[in-house]
Amino acid sequence: MPKVPIKEQNPKKRIKNFNEVCLGYTEEEAVKEAERCLQCKKKPCVDGCPVEIDIPAFIELVKEGKFLEAARKVKEKNLLPAICGRVCPQETQCEGECTLGKKDEPVAIGKLERFVADYERENNLVEVPKVEKDKKIKVAVVGSGPAGLTVAGDLARQGYRVTIFEALHESGGVLMYGIPEFRLPKKVVRAEIELLEKMGVKILTNCVVGKTYSLDDIFAQGYKAIFLGIGAGLPIFMRIEGENLNGVYSANEFLTRVNLMRAYLFPEFDTPIKKGKKVAVIGGGNVALDAARSALRLGAEKVYLVYRRTEKEMPARVEEYEHAKEEGIDFRFLTLPTRILGENGWVKGMECIKMKLGEPDETGRRRPIPIEGSEFELEVDKVVVAIGTRANPLLLSATRGLRLNERGYIKVNKKARTSKKGVFAGGDIVTGAATVISAMGMGRLAAHSIDEYLS
Amino acid sequence: MFEILKKEELAPEVFLMEISAPQIAQKAVAGQFFVLRVDEKGERIPLTIADFDKKKGTITMVFQVVGLTTKKLSRLAKGKRIRDLVGPMGKPTHIKKYGRVVIVGGGVGAAAAYPVARELKKAGNYVITIQGAKSAQYLILEDWLLSVSDELHITTDDGSKGRKGFVTDALKDLLEKEAADLVFAVGPAIMMKFVSLTTKPFAVKTIVSLNPIMVDATGMCGSCRVEVGGKTYFACVDGPDFDGHEVNWELLLSRQRFYYEEEKKALEVKDA
Repeated sequence: MPKVPIKEQNPKKRIKNFNEVCLGYTEEEAVKEAERCLQCKKKPCVDGCPVEIDIPAFIELVKEGKFLEAARKVKEKNLLPAICGRVCPQETQCEGECTLGKKDEPVAIGKLERFVADYERENNLVEVPKVEKDKKIKVAVVGSGPAGLTVAGDLARQGYRVTIFEALHESGGVLMYGIPEFRLPKKVVRAEIELLEKMGVKILTNCVVGKTYSLDDIFAQGYKAIFLGIGAGLPIFMRIEGENLNGVYSANEFLTRVNLMRAYLFPEFDTPIKKGKKVAVIGGGNVALDAARSALRLGAEKVYLVYRRTEKEMPARVEEYEHAKEEGIDFRFLTLPTRILGENGWVKGMECIKMKLGEPDETGRRRPIPIEGSEFELEVDKVVVAIGTRANPLLLSATRGLRLNERGYIKVNKKARTSKKGVFAGGDIVTGAATVISAMGMGRLAAHSIDEYLS
Repeated sequence: MFEILKKEELAPEVFLMEISAPQIAQKAVAGQFFVLRVDEKGERIPLTIADFDKKKGTITMVFQVVGLTTKKLSRLAKGKRIRDLVGPMGKPTHIKKYGRVVIVGGGVGAAAAYPVARELKKAGNYVITIQGAKSAQYLILEDWLLSVSDELHITTDDGSKGRKGFVTDALKDLLEKEAADLVFAVGPAIMMKFVSLTTKPFAVKTIVSLNPIMVDATGMCGSCRVEVGGKTYFACVDGPDFDGHEVNWELLLSRQRFYYEEEKKALEVKDA
């Protein structure tokens, strides 16, 4: 039985709007897809899930048409299912382990997770999860991205009094500023965060920990433990000529303007963005694809995605790559930018060199090597650099007693504990840039350790 | 939070506001800035902290109406609230006893110069302040600066008060008369550029407080990239103070004009 196809906005139409690309399953489609599940005894899919959702159990409930119960089953382990169903790299996690996938296509676990979460929310059936008796112990969570939200939810459930300190004016971290509306509608994120607030989690926006409060200030306010989920933060540039020209953005800035500040609705919203006629995005991850597809939706005539390896090495989620191809993004693989060309301070082109793949490097991927004399020029008026981030030193340099690793990220032990007493950490500020779900997985672990520490 | 407790028009289209922001006031140090967002649809802009009162829990800002955000801000009456305010951001100005210091404040930069002059004075420096403006009516907070300076020199472009000419004319004369140990300049980028060019032949250390475009101001976006000594820095977390002799001024001036067209359009559309 083939996988039930999912409805999507037509590529020609969707590149003109920021509405969600994937339209989700109907009830009938969801049931039909759920019927494909083999209900394996060994549940390999659960092993592939960083937060260990009982996948066969919730899928069985979908099959029986018990959508609400299915949503509740998912929420036993994951309080952000509408988000994860949309942004998890299922192909390398649950769906990658699915027995069906060995011969056929795996069950569309992510799409079903999203379906049950949307069903619950859209029918106003969301119930505030049960919270244990008030422990009267205050815990601070710094950063309201996926790691922080998970810690907050888990600890609130156990009766802790949780306050989240968020630097920006809106909570959600990368879910708000990074991932675009067409992939993750902001109302979905807000709804899942509101649920945490209904569980008693307090959120203080406009608080830059390290500036507005130090960690010691937070302890002095009576918090007994602090979780740091501050994200990787600082954008990396290529350090090539012309990178400070007008028209060169970091992906962080480009996406923050578009998503958090709603620059795609300028001038209704006040934050501007340069739309660009011909845009080059540098990088091969989800962030690069998000930037490329956003540029298209802002009205660019041509969007190149320039990546120094091949599509096989691209770290982006398969679905996003497929969508980007359908939308007409011009992928230039095995291509490395060498300098950005300018005129009167503005970008007018990008010089690149062609690459070939050599021996595998330390990541196991074949190392790209420049082909001498293969330089060529792309005519572009905007460049978005999406080659990754590094640790933001703002809080780390302001905090004594916090040990960092050689890459500048926070050093933690197996229990997410840092070298500073009562301080735990997880997500990108520990691992370097990774996925939403891996941050959530670490959040789960940290919440567990914090509970242990405080008990 | 963030209630406007006091509003004063210091000069045409130049406003002073005292805002309730206890936590920012608590942490503020001279030379730092904050970021504000006027309303739900607003953009984030950085403004220097002109003054703060830790006891009252207030910060003071001074701004000139130049674009949509400052226009919206200028229309908020006393008693209204600003949607978002976050800070204090940036590294504080390095305060120590240098000896003889010259502070240059141009236009609304006079407000930003004030806390730095005050702290340098407190640290035992001989503080000479040069304040410049287009004309007499645009000279702001003269009494503030006077209260923290050993000498106050005034220049106006049209000569309506003080010396006719630019701050750099007064600066050059001062440096020719007697060497200084430090020059600190804050104001329009073009003024800071010429201050730096003026002090260079005298080999006097010149610190400037840069004001590039920012979004989050926490180091996350890189919009505020500046080149200093050939290296790229993020003004929000590495600055805002930099060595004026090493700054790539053409780049700063160019990057400040990044959204010139959009800013004009926003004003036309929203202010019709």
